[in-house]
Amino acid sequence: MSKVLGLPTSELLLKGNASCPGCGAAITLRHVLKAFGPKTILIIPACCTSVIAGPYPKTAFNVPVLHIAFAASAAAGAGMSEALIAKGRDDVNVVVWAGDGGTVDIGIQALSGAAERGHNMVYICYDNEAYMNTGIQRSGSTPPKAWTTTTPGGNPGFKKDMIGIMFAHRIPYIATLNPAFPHDIINKIKKAKSIQGFKYLHALSPCPPGWRFDSSLTIKVARMAVLTGIWILYEIENGVLRLTGPSKNLLDKKKRLPVREYLKLQGRFAHLSEKDIIEIQEMVDESWMKIADMLESNKR
Amino acid sequence: MNEQNNIKMLTGNYAAAYAVKLSRVEVISAYPITPQTPIIEKLSEFVERGELNARFIRVESEHSAMASLIGAASVGARTYTATSAQGLLYMGEVVWWAAGARLPIVMGVVTRALAPPWSIWTDHTDILSFRDSGWIILFASNAQEVLDLTIQAFKIAENEKILLPVAVTWDAFVVSHTLEPVSIPEQRIIDEFLEKKRPQPHALNVDEPFSLGNITFPSDYMELRRSIDRAMKYAKEIIVSVDKEFGEKIGRKYGGLIEEYFINDADILIITLGVIGEEAKEAVDRLRKEDLRVGLIRLRSIRPFPSEILSKYCCDKKLCIVIERSVSFGGGGVILNDVLSTFYRYNVETPTIGYIAGLGGREVSVEDIVGMVSEACGRLKDGKLPNEPLWYGVKIGERYE
Repeated sequence: MSKVLGLPTSELLLKGNASCPGCGAAITLRHVLKAFGPKTILIIPACCTSVIAGPYPKTAFNVPVLHIAFAASAAAGAGMSEALIAKGRDDVNVVVWAGDGGTVDIGIQALSGAAERGHNMVYICYDNEAYMNTGIQRSGSTPPKAWTTTTPGGNPGFKKDMIGIMFAHRIPYIATLNPAFPHDIINKIKKAKSIQGFKYLHALSPCPPGWRFDSSLTIKVARMAVLTGIWILYEIENGVLRLTGPSKNLLDKKKRLPVREYLKLQGRFAHLSEKDIIEIQEMVDESWMKIADMLESNKR
Repeated sequence: MNEQNNIKMLTGNYAAAYAVKLSRVEVISAYPITPQTPIIEKLSEFVERGELNARFIRVESEHSAMASLIGAASVGARTYTATSAQGLLYMGEVVWWAAGARLPIVMGVVTRALAPPWSIWTDHTDILSFRDSGWIILFASNAQEVLDLTIQAFKIAENEKILLPVAVTWDAFVVSHTLEPVSIPEQRIIDEFLEKKRPQPHALNVDEPFSLGNITFPSDYMELRRSIDRAMKYAKEIIVSVDKEFGEKIGRKYGGLIEEYFINDADILIITLGVIGEEAKEAVDRLRKEDLRVGLIRLRSIRPFPSEILSKYCCDKKLCIVIERSVSFGGGGVILNDVLSTFYRYNVETPTIGYIAGLGGREVSVEDIVGMVSEACGRLKDGKLPNEPLWYGVKIGERYE
């Protein structure tokens, strides 16, 4: 395989797919599939990617895809993984690609079951922080205070700590992804591929229509999420946390940009007061304190 | 012992487990529910002891049981699960998905009444609420038939012109937990009858990527739905031919879509299903001793519905009596409605009376069936045919209104 900037050139998510302009999920998925390679079967529950896949009889993917009911993707992946073992195939990647609603809300039971049983599969949640496919309704992964069509005054809830939940399942590999850092995506997918058992990856997926920013700004928004520290790049291998990419240098608060720089790019946060922004900044700082604790416990 | 006559005392549930073992299922996925549990316990033993080389997934819900089998079957594995009542309903969304995806999954359904109020006893309303789902729905009436029909189900489901999931059902406790002598066929003979599972033509394969279940516009959706209906119609032939082949190879034949009992010279036909069909045979014997020419049709397939054969046998009778363990609230009896709609479409004018009996596991004895036949005959004689099904043996009084 020839390489440009170290990235595989094969395209398994095809041109002309039905994603919105500037879709963060499609950018991540493109890199994810490059890293997995063609011996991959995707399992997709109801989500934006059900549409991105394109209508019958065509498909936007150069890998086989099983479309499945909203709550069912982790279970379908579990069954497929076991069937491949029964058939003596150990060269096929079973990969669930699900949205945040399909992961943190309706799909969490099947996900928890599959993770606890430890099937050999990769589960990737692409998190656009609301039910975008149905038109920007709040999910359990919507950040606090964000506007959605079902939280017109701002989300009164908090963003569910999905990584914490998956960490409690004692799975061998957990990582976060961000479309502004494709090398980081490729490295993490390659690592996930090489590890036996249940792997969980969580990708921040900026959504121009849902987050209310211009479709030319996806990468800027995504990068700003990392530089302000509201999205932290890391991996947890066998319980040991390691920061990756620019996040490696952001443990010191002084090195992080104020979260305001991220919020101000997006219309969904346009209504925030000064007090709101301070509260969100405090949440970001708290989440880094948790990271610092985990890094400290690594040493013990 | 002659292996051909390997008789064991088995419950209906254990008979199902033996059938799954003989069928060399590759992936089993199940969640426990009374009265299905002995099936999956026995299967766990087979797998742990290495007697069955299958992957056993102890899922966290019935929804995941079926979803995981969809994942497994989509890459071509032979798959099995079993459930009952609430479990089947909880599984509901993906039950339909399995049929729409044309995956030859086989499921045992130990029929049980739906709650509330809680009831663990037999009733057919659970499986019959999936009448329109695209699943082939077969009814066994004893442990031997559970074993035989479960093996046959794989052959029916995997037929390349069918490729639909099959539910094999039997009554809670009366069949599921009652020991009966069951003849277990030799593995060699079943291997011959049921060839090794080949991946279906639309099994997902990394060497030839395509998608299963993409969004489909109104311009194509109807054609895909019609193909299920056509497969279902074709299944009528295959259920009969598989029963015949099983009879030739293994020595037991049931009749395919229906089992007949004294129907040729009968004036009155009882139409029923499940374990009531066993009691009804005794009722027929008893009534014939009283010179009443009664016969029995035991429905073995509810989907596809045996319309042609049913109308052929019923058209020249004086009276048909449908006895069922199910109800469509405000709409009659589930089975009665199918029978009457068949009669109307096939110009059968035989007077027909429906009985709703045995809900929630209430016993339907030989005497009860004799009672229904006598009452129905009286109504026919008096010209008092009811427009609606009759509830047999229900207590009446202020308390129950």
